[in-house]
Amino acid sequence: MIKKNRLGYFTDGLVKSNPVFRLVLGTCPTLALTTAAMNGVYMGICTTFVLLCSNVLVSALRKIIPDKVRIPAFMLVIATFVTIVEMVLRKFLPDIYSLLGLYLPLIVVNCIILARAEAFASMNTILDSALDGLGMGLGFTLSLIVMGGIREFIGAGSIFGFAIPGFAEKAPAFFILPAGGFLVFGLLIAAVNWLSKKAEDKMKAKAASGVHAHENMTEMLEEAPQ
Amino acid sequence: MSVNEYLLIIVAGIFVNNFVLAQFLGICAFLGVSQKTETALGMGFAVIFVMGIASIATFAVDRYILVPLDLVYIRTIAFIVIIAGLVQLVEIIIKKLSPALYSALGIYLPLITTNCAVLGVAIVNVEIASYTLLAAFMNGIFSGVGFTLAMLLLAGIREKLRRSDVPEPFKGFPVTLAAASIMSMAFVAFAGMV
Repeated sequence: MIKKNRLGYFTDGLVKSNPVFRLVLGTCPTLALTTAAMNGVYMGICTTFVLLCSNVLVSALRKIIPDKVRIPAFMLVIATFVTIVEMVLRKFLPDIYSLLGLYLPLIVVNCIILARAEAFASMNTILDSALDGLGMGLGFTLSLIVMGGIREFIGAGSIFGFAIPGFAEKAPAFFILPAGGFLVFGLLIAAVNWLSKKAEDKMKAKAASGVHAHENMTEMLEEAPQ
Repeated sequence: MSVNEYLLIIVAGIFVNNFVLAQFLGICAFLGVSQKTETALGMGFAVIFVMGIASIATFAVDRYILVPLDLVYIRTIAFIVIIAGLVQLVEIIIKKLSPALYSALGIYLPLITTNCAVLGVAIVNVEIASYTLLAAFMNGIFSGVGFTLAMLLLAGIREKLRRSDVPEPFKGFPVTLAAASIMSMAFVAFAGMV
């Protein structure tokens, strides 16, 4: 395994292996809650908290949990933290609790969290797992805000809840309907694919011409098509 | 509950509140297992089966154990443990009773534990106060049928898509999502029915 610097674990989740647009995980809350940018903020924070905590605990218990029952064990860890989030929100922020509704308990089955527990936290140190959880969580949050922002702006004519006069009344509501959600999500993935393809080609051309090849270049090239 | 109400559950489950196209539940499986109509059908039957049984089990546990004992706050944990256990149990039973069915559904069963449609229907069931055990079971089954219908339709479209010329960045998920978007638009037409 190639040794990477610690910061790499954190930034990976933000861009290169962004959970939503690159790995296409956690699609249910992504589609359901991105009718407004603020929803993305709330959902993102809740998911990041659960992801961070479950990554740390799974990593701490990785030598104790027997291999055969690891999936149920991970699910229990995740469900515990989701329950904590539910209780805290219900008590202190009941508005957000009812806004997220069904999707709050469904954080348990958000595939990002189980995937990170299984693929990362169960075989890395606590600090690295915490960084990975934080990076993935923030990558998820950012994606939700970007997509929510786009749908809210086009579909409801507002930015973070502030209506734009003259546009809000005429905004095509299609974009905040489920159909619009599927379409915007598809277009965003296509855009990310196109941009990363362009970046890759550029790097290949640079490497071929041999101008000051970055020492990480080959490593990055190998990892890019995930 | 009257016959009418049960009929309403059926229509709502399949069309109006379609789990995938109107409520965004079970999208991972919807996108992941819809490459071929055969696998979509296999996954669909496994989901209907598990959603039906899970609806009964979670509803009964919630109404007859968690609520009387005032333990509603561990609902999420209890439900996910019940579902994971049920899926494992169903897997063992099918393997023993019908190897043919097992080879058809077997690979999909573990995936169902993390399918949010199953946990979703379990939570929806207990939150609607007027539901009886039978209503919960029917909601589970027919939401599963709706899920299967959506997945089967998408699989049919994807089989055709493979032969069409799609621009490079749109290959894979983007074009599939665009197809799902159009399907979802068609399902909006059912919205006034219930």
